[in-house]
Amino acid sequence: MFQRQLRHLLLATLCLLVLQAQAAVSWRDIAAGDTDDRVAALRNALLESNPRLQPFVQALLDDKVRVSPAGVWIVEGEAVRDFAADQVAVLPADAEEVSNNNRMRRELGVALAVLQLRSPKLAQREQAVQVLQEQADIKHQAMIEQAWLHEINEPLKEQLQTLRASLLLDAPLVADRILAAKWLAAQGSPKVSALLEARLAAETEPAVRAQLSLAIGQVKSQLDWGERLGLLFAGLSLGSILLLAALGLAITYGLMGVINMAHGELMMVGAYATYLVQQGFKAWLPGLFDYYLLLAVPMAFLVTAAVGALLERTVVRWLYGRPLETLLATFGISLVLMQAVRSLFGAQNVAVENPAWLSGGWAVMSNLTLPFNRLAIIVFAALVLGAVAWALSRTRLGLFVRGVTQNRAMASCTGVNTARIDTLAFALGSGIAGLAGCALSQIGNVGPDLGQSYIVDSFLVVVTGGVGQLAGTVWAAMGLGLINKGLEGWAGAVLAKIIVLVAVVAFIQKRPSGLFALKGRSAEA
Amino acid sequence: MSAVLPSVVIDKSNSSLVASRLLRWWQVLLALWVITMLVPFLNLWVPDGHWLHVSDYLVSLLGKMLCYAMCALALDLIWGYTGILSLGHGLFFALGGYAMGMYLMREAAGPGALPAFMVFLDWKALPWHWALSDSLVVQLLLVLVAPGLLAWVFGYFAFRSRIKGVYFSIITQALTYAAMLLFFRNETGFGGNNGFTDFKSLAGVPLAEPTTRLWLFVISGCVLIAFYLLARWIVGSKFGRLLQAIRDAESRVMFTGYDPLRYKLAIWVLSALMCGVAGALYVLQVGIINPSEMSTAASIEMAVWVAVGGRATLVGPILGAFFVNGTKSVFTVLWPEAWLFVLGGLFIVVTLFLPNGLLGLLKSLKRRVKP
Repeated sequence: MFQRQLRHLLLATLCLLVLQAQAAVSWRDIAAGDTDDRVAALRNALLESNPRLQPFVQALLDDKVRVSPAGVWIVEGEAVRDFAADQVAVLPADAEEVSNNNRMRRELGVALAVLQLRSPKLAQREQAVQVLQEQADIKHQAMIEQAWLHEINEPLKEQLQTLRASLLLDAPLVADRILAAKWLAAQGSPKVSALLEARLAAETEPAVRAQLSLAIGQVKSQLDWGERLGLLFAGLSLGSILLLAALGLAITYGLMGVINMAHGELMMVGAYATYLVQQGFKAWLPGLFDYYLLLAVPMAFLVTAAVGALLERTVVRWLYGRPLETLLATFGISLVLMQAVRSLFGAQNVAVENPAWLSGGWAVMSNLTLPFNRLAIIVFAALVLGAVAWALSRTRLGLFVRGVTQNRAMASCTGVNTARIDTLAFALGSGIAGLAGCALSQIGNVGPDLGQSYIVDSFLVVVTGGVGQLAGTVWAAMGLGLINKGLEGWAGAVLAKIIVLVAVVAFIQKRPSGLFALKGRSAEA
Repeated sequence: MSAVLPSVVIDKSNSSLVASRLLRWWQVLLALWVITMLVPFLNLWVPDGHWLHVSDYLVSLLGKMLCYAMCALALDLIWGYTGILSLGHGLFFALGGYAMGMYLMREAAGPGALPAFMVFLDWKALPWHWALSDSLVVQLLLVLVAPGLLAWVFGYFAFRSRIKGVYFSIITQALTYAAMLLFFRNETGFGGNNGFTDFKSLAGVPLAEPTTRLWLFVISGCVLIAFYLLARWIVGSKFGRLLQAIRDAESRVMFTGYDPLRYKLAIWVLSALMCGVAGALYVLQVGIINPSEMSTAASIEMAVWVAVGGRATLVGPILGAFFVNGTKSVFTVLWPEAWLFVLGGLFIVVTLFLPNGLLGLLKSLKRRVKP
């Protein structure tokens, strides 16, 4: 009986305390006065758990608060409320707008984030953690601690833990600091590394120092791995793009010996075909927009293959065996194609959007995210390579192409329609350029100059790899991609490119027929 | 499909032996001389508004074309007569231009001062390669040395490894592309994408003065005439014949005991030097040089001047440079969108239907009129 009474009493006192605490929040102190005082008032208010603080902070951030000596008012369009009394009121004549300087705004943002940590919505909590990662300090520790204890979403709990640990690094207790360092050691992000370093510089306790150095070492090695893998991935990605760009050339130039300077423009045609398909889906099938690539890939192939066939029939055909003339004529074609696209679509880049499943990336490590569109291109390049290899070695067309390449007269004698094979092979090579253009549209700008930036690179790949060799093309593309990205790390993008160009030029001096030179009689032709 | 063709292809249509004389050499010389002298006269002494008056704009346009004609002639020596298609002559042209531009930038900035773009980049001292740029003599030497040296080093290694045909074209293209990327950088000290411009004077002579422009025009004309005579002399000499022999059957030249490397290298370097001089004169008259001169398209365009005019003739390239650039000027004024169609079409039509260029067309017309 007595116990129950006591409990009631306690409860009542507690309620009273809470009520008092609620009453203790002075809205006016947060809204008006010197910035230092306002910040202090805001931070004090944060320690109370007044549910009305969040809307108030939000209103402050939205510039809806007015102050007068008598109190604070929230102006919502025409409606005015006395905030302290929480009732409709008339705005007094001496009410002024609250102006927040940058510091106050930042402070309000952090406060809002802290308050949002308790939000029932996961997205809001995630956003709050993101804000706090940038701006929290030790004063918010208690709230973050609370939020961490109550968080049920695992990844978010982990983020909160990291946040908590990074705050604890500056905690007064040695044990807290050591614990924090231990936890952070497993978090390989550049920010954590900087945090640890900063703490190490300020730390005097030897035990903590040792733990910090250890943690820094671990974080560094994690980061290094992330960087190395990232570089490897970037190299592979560039390599697969080069491979796509060069594969078509490996057929037209490598097998047929046609110098096609318009190859880059055929890629551009493929990219624009993708753009058109995308526009079509937007206009007529918006529900299926995510699948537009399924149609865009074959369309890009067919359109460019048709353009290629047309070019072969009208121009290239008459120049077989005269490589320098072919070079000039196809360069002329590239100018015409470029200008045609410019006249049709304008000189500006057009926007090709990724379907939803290609945007975003796979976060492997804190400093290593593999974008889905780049991953897709690597897979796509492998598929195209497989298809080309299969087409050349297993199909009748491939057999004829190889036959005509090796001995035109003999192929003709055995009944192969060599002229038709020439057209088909050129169309195939062009179509692959179109596929490359379709792939490029997913990662870069699509404009009339798209092909220009790839033509030199793709020729270098074919020339380095050796003419008439698919394997050589693959090795050269991947090698050039990896070397280029590897050099970019310490030389910068442009210098890396120049070094690669010069290296290739030097390499060709040494091995004029490329990595995989043809041997025997055909090598002399 | 080159793979099945014999390695020695003698393209008779290219050979200058077939070319009957459409114009005597002295007629060409006279024509160039008349242009060089007549244009300044018509500009200065025929009053504005008279139908014979040559405007200042036209003078600078023609001056530009004279420089282009030098490039075309240089390219013809290496392509038309030696059979080596260079897609890197834009680089030599630009190097000559940049060497000249360095001096002009220093002079525009005044003694001891940094060129404007370096001030803009907040540089405190001149980079090392600008050390002697205030001396006109040194920079004029550099106009020759820079393209010449690059051509010699590159050519030596390329020809020694017997890189020829399309391979050679592609690596010259790659080299030019690499150089363009390099010159686009601010760090290399060549003004980045803006290049050099806002020149004021050359050795104290203000460049904007009409008389200076006319003098530059006359000098360009004279240099072109000198180049024409030089090319004519080379083509007619034993050296020139060897070059043509190398073009038509390099292996046979080797088997008869000549080393093609030396001849190819000599004409290659000479060609680069001519381009460098053309670039320097171009910069003086146009007043701007930037890395776009090294773009892939710029170098290939030179090839089309030669092809349009007629390869392996000496008049052809000069004619071609004037014709193509004249057409370009007309189109860029009247109908700019159509120009690339026309240029692209020229590439295709000339290679498909006019293997000997306009000159060949004129010759066959003449033959038809007077059988």
